[in-house]
Amino acid sequence: MMFVPGNNPGMMADAHIYGPDSIMLDLEDSVTMAEKDAARLLVHNALKSIDFGGTEMVVRINPLNTPYGKKDVEAVVKAGVDVIRMPKTETADEVRELEAEIVKVETELGCVGRTLIMAAIESALGVVNAYEIATASKRMMGIALGAEDYSANLKTQRTPGGAELLLARESIVVAARAAGIACFDTVYSNLDDMETFRKEVELIKTLGFDGKSIINPRQIEVVNEVFAPSQKDIDKALRIIAAIKEAQAKGSGVIAVNGKMVDRPVVIRAERTVALAIASGILDKEEAL
Amino acid sequence: MRNTKVVTLEEAIRRSGLKDGMTISFHHHFRGGDKVVNLVVAKLAEMGFKNLHLAASSLSDVHAPLIDHIKNGVITKISTSGLRGDLANEISHGLMKEPVVFRSHGGRGSAIASGELHIDVAFLGASSCDELGNASGCPRSENAKSICGSLGYALPDARYADHVVVLTDDLVAYPNVPKSISACDVESVVVVDSVGDSSKISSGAIRDSKNPRDILLAKQAAKVIINSGYFKDGFSIQTGTGGASLAAVKYIRESMLEKGIKASFALGGITAHMVKLHEEGLIGRLVDVQSFDKVAAESIANDQMHQEVSAVEYASADHIGSAVHALDIVILSALEVDVDFNVNVLVGSDGIIRGAIGGHPDTAEDSALSIIVCPLLRGRIPCVVPKVTTLITPGKGVDVVVTEYGIAVNPARPEIADRLKAAGLKVVDIHDLAAKARSIIGEPDALPFGDRVVGIVMDRHGKVLDKIHNILD
Repeated sequence: MMFVPGNNPGMMADAHIYGPDSIMLDLEDSVTMAEKDAARLLVHNALKSIDFGGTEMVVRINPLNTPYGKKDVEAVVKAGVDVIRMPKTETADEVRELEAEIVKVETELGCVGRTLIMAAIESALGVVNAYEIATASKRMMGIALGAEDYSANLKTQRTPGGAELLLARESIVVAARAAGIACFDTVYSNLDDMETFRKEVELIKTLGFDGKSIINPRQIEVVNEVFAPSQKDIDKALRIIAAIKEAQAKGSGVIAVNGKMVDRPVVIRAERTVALAIASGILDKEEAL
Repeated sequence: MRNTKVVTLEEAIRRSGLKDGMTISFHHHFRGGDKVVNLVVAKLAEMGFKNLHLAASSLSDVHAPLIDHIKNGVITKISTSGLRGDLANEISHGLMKEPVVFRSHGGRGSAIASGELHIDVAFLGASSCDELGNASGCPRSENAKSICGSLGYALPDARYADHVVVLTDDLVAYPNVPKSISACDVESVVVVDSVGDSSKISSGAIRDSKNPRDILLAKQAAKVIINSGYFKDGFSIQTGTGGASLAAVKYIRESMLEKGIKASFALGGITAHMVKLHEEGLIGRLVDVQSFDKVAAESIANDQMHQEVSAVEYASADHIGSAVHALDIVILSALEVDVDFNVNVLVGSDGIIRGAIGGHPDTAEDSALSIIVCPLLRGRIPCVVPKVTTLITPGKGVDVVVTEYGIAVNPARPEIADRLKAAGLKVVDIHDLAAKARSIIGEPDALPFGDRVVGIVMDRHGKVLDKIHNILD
């Protein structure tokens, strides 16, 4: 998910050419108070008029308790945004309040249920309430960590190793998995240190995150490389899925691949590997079938 | 030393026999830092010369003082590879009665060699020169101030001009060898304070582009090369100096290392990037018509396998021995590419001259694989268009166009399209790219060109290729 300032038309128009999985147009922290209205108008028109090539479009709105939040919701829902990212989410009630705002606009448009929600968790309270937040709405598609505000709230600071984020990261992954939704890690802002960035991406992949937030197209390649499954993994996953299909055709419940019994979690992992390989462009969809 | 050719500039001009209406020439190796053109033309104006034809290998922003000399009738005709800045702007608006004649580097070399472009007096700046006229772009003393490396574009002038004056800011003891320009071709030597501003002659170390669009284009260009069928041991390559071109070298290098492929030579304007690959053993020879930065200029001074070539040896269409005939791959840029793969590198989409032909048509036509790298849009300016504003490089010589929205392959090269598709690259129809650009920025208004011809573009074979009209405000 690539962050793009909502007050920069050139960057917005270009963002999709770099191939991020989703683009998050930002109305919150990257836009100064003086530019909030102009940015909202820009983002509204960008969503309506720019061909983003099918990329999932997310907009980070201002909190609802600011003078901008509700206007942001109205503008982006009317423009047909895929997902609204709610910043600094601390409680399930806040999510429900956002949902009510969305429903109001969608009812007017006659498209109730179209807009999904992603909640950014950026405080200790938010981490404690992660599961309630993750399950607060059927529209909830994912939760994400916002590490800058979170580490400030913890009265610590970010370090290259990320020890200060470990609990938050694990809590968010666990909450997301329990709720059956996606989870996304925070941004890494030192563009000149690709090595530490790569290590961080490797760490969060191991922790179970579905993806990473990025602030520059140059980071996309690293994330894709880390998240893309290896050819060995893909081959194994394809063998497992083929064996399962064969077993199902024969009416057999238990199968073995290379002499090892394959149970349900293994199959789920294999399906996930294949889905990732297709998404990464390594595997042709037809080849996988 | 019994004889010396060292005289003042005024004396050198007098001795040259220069008369009103004659042709004077200059090279552009000092690029944006050049002081020779302005110095010499100011002296010619002071001495009362009129109606001169200024034939430079190229002109840039720094030559804005020529505007006054044109208005005063000192210069009434210009031949060059390019024009930029205020001079270009004024000329585009109709400053000169006679159109500027634009030639490619190879085309200029050929025209000088054939006599089509006859030079009466050449004024050639040199980084070092001895009293007899052995001149070089390399430093030969601690006093060296203005170093440019290769003097490739000056060599046809030195050889074919009736009279040659070398200007230098570092007069060194005889013999100034190895030399680029031979004393046998030089009539006078003039010592001046400075031939060029070294900070504007060349940049310092390698700077890799961090512009994500450049990086994206560079990666795509490198993938095109690697999968083109021409990327094999012993291949030869030329690249431009744009961010994407330079970044492409980085990715090509990685693939060369991985696959154990080495290039036989790199050609053209040589950059620090190419020097690095050469020093790593990945490129056998550097064939250098212009040294683009300090690293390249130092390398040509010290490395036997890094050799200077003249514009004729580099890119002449007429000489079978010119290096472009042996060139496999070239990466080029463009201001505009059209749906017939024609390229414009000279006139901006606003109708104002803002570039240089350089070796674009020479290398595109003669290389086995020519790749144009350009963004689909620069801001709100489309770069893939239905028809180029000015034709510089005919589409028959252009094989592949790389943009951030996809790669277009000339229909005349279906085998290349097949190879790129097989490698999983996004090959698109160039008409779709033009349509995509239009869909984003809309239909631009037609440019308000006037009736006067302000520029004539010659092709590299000596024929008129296109005409540039004056732009109205």
